[in-house]
Parts: sequence; structure tokens; C-alpha cells
Amino acid sequence: MGLLSDPNRRKALTRLNAPICIVCYLAAIVWFMGLAFEPFPLRTYMSENAMGSTMMEERFSAGDRGLSLAKEFDAHKRKAGGMPVEWLVKAMRARGLEVFTQSFSRKLPFPDENKERYMVGGRNVYGILRAPRAPRTEALVITAPCSPGNSNNQAVGLLLALAQYFRNQIYWAKDIIFLVNEHDLIGMQAWLEGYHHTNITGMEYSPLQGRAGSIQAALSLELSSDVITSLDLILEGLNGQLPNLDLANLFYAFCQKLGALCTIQGKLQRNDWDTAEGYTHAAQTMMLMVLKQACGQSWGDHGLFLRYYIEAASIRGINSFRHYKTDATTIGRLLEGMVRKLNNLLERLHQSYFFYLLPSLSRFVSIGYYMPAFGLLAVILLLRALDLWVHLGAPALAAVDGVTEAEQPSSPGMLTVLTPVVISHLTGVALYLLPVHLQEMVVEHFPVSETEAVVLTAIAIYTAGLALPHNTQRLLSGEGTEQGWKVLKLTALLYLAVLLGCTALINFSLGFILAVTLVPITASITPHMPKALCALAMVLLSPAFTILYCVFIYQELIEAPVSEGWMLFLSVISQGILDHALNGSLVYPLLALFIYPCWLMFWNILFWN
Amino acid sequence: MAAHRCGLSLVCILFFSSLAHPSRCDTLEKANDNTATKRSISEVNTDGSVAGEDMNERQWQSTDVEVNRSDGTKNSETFTPAPAKDQFQEELVIRPLHSGDIYASFQFRTLWDTDFLQEGQKKVSHYRLFPKSLGQVLSKFSVQELHISFTQGFWRTMQWGQPFIPSPPGAELWVWFHHTVSDVDGNWKELTNVLSGIFCASLNFIDMTNTVQPSASFKPLGLGNATDHRFLRYATLPREIVCTENLTPWKKLLPCGSKAGLAVLMKSEKLFHSSFHSQAVHIRPICQDEQCTSKAWELRQTLNVVFDHYTSGQGKKEWSLFKMFSRTLTEACPLASSSKVYVDITDNPEGELFELSPATPLLSQAVVLGDRRTYSVYDLTRAETFGQLRSFNLLLRWKGDSGDMLRPLLHAERYVAGFGLQTGEIHTVIYNNHPYRAFPVLLMDSVPWYLQLYIHTLTVTSKSRDNKPSYIHYQPAKDRHRPHLLEMLIQLPPHSMTEVTVQFERALLKWTEYTPDPNHGFYVGSSVISALVPSMVAMSTNFTQDQPLFSSFVPVKEESSYFVRVYTEPLLVNLPTPDFSMPYNVICLTCTVVAVGYGSFYNLLTRTFQVDEPSPPLAKRLANFIRRIRGVPLLA
Repeated sequence: MGLLSDPNRRKALTRLNAPICIVCYLAAIVWFMGLAFEPFPLRTYMSENAMGSTMMEERFSAGDRGLSLAKEFDAHKRKAGGMPVEWLVKAMRARGLEVFTQSFSRKLPFPDENKERYMVGGRNVYGILRAPRAPRTEALVITAPCSPGNSNNQAVGLLLALAQYFRNQIYWAKDIIFLVNEHDLIGMQAWLEGYHHTNITGMEYSPLQGRAGSIQAALSLELSSDVITSLDLILEGLNGQLPNLDLANLFYAFCQKLGALCTIQGKLQRNDWDTAEGYTHAAQTMMLMVLKQACGQSWGDHGLFLRYYIEAASIRGINSFRHYKTDATTIGRLLEGMVRKLNNLLERLHQSYFFYLLPSLSRFVSIGYYMPAFGLLAVILLLRALDLWVHLGAPALAAVDGVTEAEQPSSPGMLTVLTPVVISHLTGVALYLLPVHLQEMVVEHFPVSETEAVVLTAIAIYTAGLALPHNTQRLLSGEGTEQGWKVLKLTALLYLAVLLGCTALINFSLGFILAVTLVPITASITPHMPKALCALAMVLLSPAFTILYCVFIYQELIEAPVSEGWMLFLSVISQGILDHALNGSLVYPLLALFIYPCWLMFWNILFWN
Repeated sequence: MAAHRCGLSLVCILFFSSLAHPSRCDTLEKANDNTATKRSISEVNTDGSVAGEDMNERQWQSTDVEVNRSDGTKNSETFTPAPAKDQFQEELVIRPLHSGDIYASFQFRTLWDTDFLQEGQKKVSHYRLFPKSLGQVLSKFSVQELHISFTQGFWRTMQWGQPFIPSPPGAELWVWFHHTVSDVDGNWKELTNVLSGIFCASLNFIDMTNTVQPSASFKPLGLGNATDHRFLRYATLPREIVCTENLTPWKKLLPCGSKAGLAVLMKSEKLFHSSFHSQAVHIRPICQDEQCTSKAWELRQTLNVVFDHYTSGQGKKEWSLFKMFSRTLTEACPLASSSKVYVDITDNPEGELFELSPATPLLSQAVVLGDRRTYSVYDLTRAETFGQLRSFNLLLRWKGDSGDMLRPLLHAERYVAGFGLQTGEIHTVIYNNHPYRAFPVLLMDSVPWYLQLYIHTLTVTSKSRDNKPSYIHYQPAKDRHRPHLLEMLIQLPPHSMTEVTVQFERALLKWTEYTPDPNHGFYVGSSVISALVPSMVAMSTNFTQDQPLFSSFVPVKEESSYFVRVYTEPLLVNLPTPDFSMPYNVICLTCTVVAVGYGSFYNLLTRTFQVDEPSPPLAKRLANFIRRIRGVPLLA
């Protein structure tokens, strides 16, 4: 690396810095978009030997019984006005399972307007099918949520029919837990916390009576109609965690075998990759996955299992106007096949990838392929930091005899840096804490509901933050020096690089989306640019607007009316805060406590004088 | 006094048989004396310090009750002084379980009237009924008592109640060595390897890292005055898989093999098509006669199977010996002095739950595990049992529905709490479902060294209050040398749930110490709970009906509790596992990043830079070169 030590060549680096950065940025975007081009990503393949072939005969034939059970369940659900616990316990017991219930209750930090709930209380019912001659050390879980209204009855019916069928088989090596959970994620969280005897989210629940050892894999079933046209596989879990790719491969293999249409992100696979439409289709599928993963929420009941080191996926039946229909028996067979394969597992699923993106069910982009796209963006930040470092060092070098002279300007520099950093982070802390804690006060003074109060407070604090921290350095050191903003920017650039790097390692999509929007403006910002124009650009590329763009792009991609985007934006904020409180999603604290303060530091640089 | 108490404990064994045996009373008397003698031996050695000793004493008693149950119902010929020195008895107990499953328990008992542990009798070369392979092992390794069990599956206490002889999933081996043995560890190592060969099992994987010496939980069941736990070794292999290859050598130990008698029923394709399978061998010294002047060896082979009416019955709730074992019985083992089939009909007094055919007039009652049970008895040594067809096929037709889950008086379960690969917490939950009696239990836990227990986090709570164990024996693990051993005596309050928790940290193993399938996880053996449980018999209010009035006014202490051992499920714990296919890549990547990235940045940040003088033009360098040769001062 003579490049850095040699002052002459360093000058070249400084001179070429801007073009290199632009090239890197463009290359990153092109690389990322290229990932969806079919010849580039690898074909999926089953890595786990124990699940290798689908050579088995599925004999499940009680689909109709499942549907009649679904009707019965529906009737009892209506009668009970919620989960028909007694009926479920009886039905599971009649099928030879060991049945247990768990009650739980949870008070949300503020009312959830999407799902219309505030004080939540319910009961989970689960039955354990004990495997013959197995010592209760391993288990598989099949869940079906008990949803309000008409939805998901068929899932529960099919679950019971499968339980009955599975009970009569001798080949089980792992216990199978059939779980019907109430209040979707809240119930699931209560059950998982009860099973693992932890309490991460402050839920109140009754302890579980029956257990079956360490859970190896879980499948969540959502089914709302008697026949379906396609099955959708949902993988994105809490904090962007994904199950092992072999689980997706397993699903795909059985869909192929049984001739069921399978989709991912609700999009069927196309074969015409060489046409423009084909590519757009794959790119859209991948973009949807990136957006869903980035938002860090659990997109199905399976998402909460992943935290407990349990591979899980949701399977959702979709009934559209397509002609081709799949009946309940086939879905039952699909599940039978998948569960039997999982039953064959000798080790936990670990052979295949944990970090991947799927442009279609048959192609995947592994971490080795997508990481360079992010790396190219991160390099820009480092290059800019290097450039600043060289600039900061330059006066010291120019002074022929002055170590003392070089020391002198850096000491106010440290102080000027510290003040904005602290103030930005305090704003971040306010953004994190105040919305939930101030809701009662806000509701008293303004004619808004609690949920609106939280969202609007968050937006207000966010906006107030823009006014607050600039010129703060003057409080201590008077006039802001040239040296001062450079040191601050250097700090901020390195801070952002570390933040984004860590985020991308855990949740690539989130890191990448943030990098794409934050990097251009943060890399180029100086106090000497036209203030108004730059301020507008910075605001438009701030984290809040990034969320807004993501919402709009998502609406566009799922072909929903874009005009609802604004309302959706508000609900995304409230859902994000709720998700953090209920399930421990980390996106909201990350944005409020780190990304937003970091962005404020750059905002501070713009108004430096 | 002791004899009197024991005598009372056996009054409950009553006969409603139409064939009253004249020598019945004698039989009972002899059995009682037998027990009394043994009891007095154990009491001589009682130093009365720990409750563990108490356990020991009770254990004797409970076992003997069971022995006497089987003995007491034998024909009178059995106990007339036998001219032949060795004896063989076989029996099969069939119990239709509460859940609708069928529990079949075989017991084969071989008595060998010899005592080679005495001086001067070391060499025994004559074997009649006792298997030579085991006899030689006993004498070579100076074994006092040997208990080995192979179990596939977990006994579901909540559905099936208590088993006759409990055993943990996998293999369990515990041995008391004779007190003359000097190198116990050496003998133990050799013994496990020899047994491994005899039973075709992986017992050779028993080494010092999974062997413990429990101080109180496992006391000798036979004659003997061993109380020093230095001569005891206990080990479990929770991962051991039991299959046909273990059954075959086990069957070969029987005098009749699987050619005749009850053993013809043991066809592996049926025995392993079940919910639970457990086979065991128990060897212990017992008294040869009533006076206990000389010792005899008792070999007890047991095989317990639970058949599932769902999976094999295909919906039809009908059972027969033929359906269960795909064989019927045609004869008793000719070498057996007694050969019987018992069917538990306690829950079925009027035949409303199931229907049994052929019917038998022979009934027997016994107190088993604190509960009075009634059995139909079929004596295979009598020709009329086999009827016209010369074959005995027991048929059982279910009428009732399978019931709700049971609430056994003592019940335990265990699980690992927490998530992630760094720490965790072992929870052992023990239920006392007795409505008003508290009783103590001995909990024994043996945890492998790679789960590093934080013993200061050990808590015992009952009814959300701290429950201080009255006795704790803890032996910490040594990495790669020995496991943790934790024994506690805990008092369980009535109708309560007691939770024992201890936190642990998962150790990082050396890369060669991982099993070939490291992502499967590592097993932790079952914890063992030994307890004296208040008897159901004493609880029932109408217990006067079956007993003579003179014996039933004051509830008797001895009868009011019975010994029970409960095993919890083993645990499967994941340890932090490296990705074994990747170390090379990772090393390369890390080294490159460190070398290139860190090195150059460190260089850049620490180096002081000085402006280098521009290098002189070529002409000047040439001139200087010439000047240096000439020895003239160089140009500046």
C-alpha cells in the first residue's frame, strides 16, 4: 500500500477520489440489479443429504375431512366469539394427541389500529404427537393461526386432519407439535417464550405443561379457501432473518412433485429470462424480497421461530381467478411430504445458505454474490474518509518544523466534534423514547387518537431535530473552523461506514437500502455548497423519506394503488414501533438511535459556519 | 419388630382363587422371614446419618414386596425345598393401559445357588441354567450387583402410569463391585468393554467422562452390606439406539432361548413396532433359603413393551397375543418351575372397559406401586390353559374409550430454557400430585463437563417459595475427565410443583472432540428421581373391604408408602459448532484482511511523513557516480 504512504501517489488518490466514488456507486447499483439476471445467480439445490430425494409415496387422503373439520371449527369459532378452546382440546385429544393450553395476555404500548387491539388476551392450544420409541429430545412444529373472521379455518381443519393421519403412522422419529395460536404473532410469541422459558418482551403467559425437546423446524400454514390456485412461500422473519435455504428447496421440490403452483412474493416463476419482461419479473421479485427483509418485521407466524434457532417458513394458500386449482388433499400431501423429510433430518438444517436473496424459487443469490454491491457503496465512504484524512494531514506536512503547530488546530477540533455528536444522539434518544411515553399528554392536548399521537410525535421530533443541532459547535468554540467540519465529517463518515457495515452483515437489505440513499449525499456534503438546494436534497434523502420511498415502491410492486402510500407510511411507523415493543424488532431503535443521529451530523456539517 | 411390620405389608396379598393351596401361608411366612433377615442386615449397617440410608432401607422393602408378589402367587411346588439347585421362572404381565395402549412386561428369573465371592470358591465351572457368559463376568470382575438396561423410547408417565421397572432412554448401567476390589476404575472399564461385547451395544463408550458415583440414589437391591459408594459406578448413554442386535444376545441368556416358553413371543419385528421398548438384566445376590445361611445369584431379565393401539390396530380396538407378537403360546419352557401370564383387570371389574377371552377362574391380587391390582392368572404349566387347540391366544376386546391424561402422584419433566449458543438453564420440574401428603425425593443429575454448570445459580422453588434441600452432594466436573454430579434431597410439599433450575454455559470443544454429526446436538442423560411415594392404598377410604378387619383399623406406616424411581427425559443441547467445511477459507480471509487492511492502515496512521528530496536528474547522478570513483566530493 505504497499508495497511501507515498505523498505523491496520495495526491493522485485525492485527485481521482470523486470519479472513483461515482464509478463505485454506479457499479454497486448495476451489480445489484444484475443479480436478478437469470444466468448470473446459481440454481437452487438440496444440500441436506437426509432430505435428498422426494422418493416417497404420500398417502394422505383426508382432505375432505379436513374441510369438514374446518366448517365445524368455523361454527364453534363463531359460537365462542374467538378461539373455541374446548372444542379444539377435544378434537385434538380425540386424535390421540397430548393436549395442553396456554393462556397469555399483553397490553400493547398503544392501540394497534390496523388490527384493532389494545389489551390482548387469549389462549393457545397445542397437541403433541409423541413419536414411538423416541426419547422426546427433538420435535417439529406445525402451526395454524386462529384468525378472526372467516380466514384460516381451512388451515386449522387441515391441521387436525393431518394430526389424525400422522397419528396412525409408525415412522416418526421426532415428536410433532400441532399448535393453533390466537392473535397471530402475539400468541406465537407467548408460546415460544413459554416453550423456552424466557421473557424478552414483557409478555404475561402461563407456563407450558408439555414439551417435546428441542424444536428442529417449524411450518406455519395459512389457508382460507377450500381450493387454491397457488401456494406462496414466505421466508422473511424478524429482523430480516431467513430460514435455511434447504427449507425453501424442500417446498419447491414437493410443489414440483405434486404439481402444485408455487410462488414466492406472490410471483410465479417465468422461464423467459432472456426477454426484458422476464428480467423485470425476476428483478421485481427480488426487490420485493429486499423490501420485505429490510423492514425487519415478521411476515408470517414463522418469523418468530428464527430467533430461537429454529428453521421455519410460512406456507400461504392463495385463491385467485386462475383456472388451475389445487385441492386440500394435495396441500395435505405436500405437508406430509415436507414433514416426513424434516423427520428424516439427522442434524439441524445447516448445510445450505442462511444468507440469500431469491429472484425466483429456482434461483438464489448467495451472500458471496450480493455482498460486493454493498461493499462498493461502503468503499465510497472509506475513500472519502481517506481523502479527508489526507487533507487534514496536509497542513501538518506542509509545516516544515512544526509538530507543535500541527497539534494546535486539532484540539478545538475534538471539542467541536464532540458537541454535535452528543446533541445528535440526544435527539435520537428523544425520538426513541418520547413518542410512546408522551402519548397520554398529546392525547390530552390535541384531538388525536393514541396511535396518531405516537406517529405524529415521532414525526414532530424528527422534524424538530432538523432545526436543533446545527451551529451547536458555536456554543463552545465560537466560530466553526474549516478544520472543525472536516474532523466532524471524517468522524461521521467512519461512523456511518461502521453502522452500515454492521447492519448489512445482519440484514443485508436494510443496510443496502440505507447505503443507497445515504451514501451519495453524505459523501459529497460540505458547508460550501448552496445551502437551500443541498438542504432540500439532504431532507429528500433522509431516513424518513427512505421509508416513504420504500412504501411507494412496495405498493407499486405488489400492484396496489400507490395513492394509499401516504396512509401506509403513517401506519408503517406505528407498526415499526409496535413491532419493536411486541416482538423485539430492531429496525426502529436502529433508525432512531443510530442512523438518524448520524444523518443529523451531516446535516450539521451543511450548516457549519 | 421389623418382621412384624413386613408381615403386615404382605397381608394384602390375598387369594380369591378357587384352587386354594394348602401351603399358601407357609409361602407367605417364608417370604416374610426372608425379607426380615435381609432387613436386619441392612439395619446393622445403618449409621443413621443421612436420609439416603433410609432410602436404601425402603428400597429393599419395596423390591422385596414385588419379589414376594410374584413369589406369593406361585404354585406351592415352587417353594418346596428344591432338589435341583437352580431355578427358572418366567412370567408375562399384560396391563391394558389407561390410554388404550397395551403394556406387556416379561420377567425371567434364574436363581443360581452358588457363591463364588466367598474365599476358596473362586473357580466355578459348572453352569446349568445360569448363562455362563454372565457368570464368568461376575466372577472375573468381582461384581456384587449389576443392573443394565437398554431402552428405546420414553415412558409416558402421564398416559401410562408407573412402569414395573423404570429405565431411562438409551442404555443405563450401574454396578456395585465387591468390597475386596482394589482397582474399581480398572475393573469398571474392562467390565463395560466385556458387556459391550456380550450385548452388542456401545457400552465401550462409557468412560470416566460419563461415569459417576452417586452417594445416595443407587443402593444395592440385593444382599450385601455395601454402603460405600466408592464401589458403585453409574453411567448412562442416552444416545444408545436399541434394536434387534441387542435383543438377540439378550434372548440367548435365557435357558430356553426363544425356542419355548414365553420367549417365543419375542419376535423383533413386532417388539420394535411399538411405542416403547425396554430390556434389562439385573443380577444380584439373594438368600438361598429362609435362614439366609448361603447366598444365591438371581438373574432377572425383563422386557417391557408398550403397543400402540392406534398405529398397529388400524382403528380396530382388538388385541390378542397373536396380534401383538404374531405368535401364540403352546407350552411353557420345560426348564421353568413356574410359567404364568397375568392380565391386569383392576380397571375392569364388571367387564365394561374390555372383554377378555378365554376367561380364567384364577385371580390374584397384589399391591404394586402403592396400588391394589387384580390380575387374571393363566398358568402355562397346566395343560387346560391351552385348551383343545393346544395353543393359548389371549384375546382382549376394547369397549370403552381411551381416557384422559393421568395424574401420577410423582411426575417429573426436564427441559432446557433459553436460546442462543452461549448460556442456558436446565429446568427440572417435579410434580407432587398427592392432595395432602408431602414426601421427600432424591434428585440425581449427571451433566457432562461441556455444559459448565453455574452451581451458584441453583434454585429450588416450590409454590413460588424457596425450598432448601436438606442434603446436597455436588461434585464439580473436570474438563475432559469427569462429569458434574448433583444429588439433592428435596421435600415436595403436597399438591405442588417444584422447580429446580441451574444455569450453564456451553463450552467450546476442541475440534476433534465433536461428534461426526455436531449439529445434531449433544445429549445430557436423564435425571433420576428416587422417592418414597405415599401409597394409593393408604389413601383410599374404602380399603377395609378387601382386608381382614383386624388389620385395617390403623393405617400402617410400611404400607403407606412405596419406592418409586422416575427418570426424566434426556436433553439435547446444541453447542457452538464451527462450520467444519470452512476453516481454511476463513483463516485465509481473516489473515488477508488483517495483513492488508490493518497493516496498511496502521502504517499510514503511525508513520511520520517527510518530504523526500526530488531525485536528481540522470546527468547529475552520472556525474556523482564518476566523482565517487574519483574520490572527489559529490555534487549537492
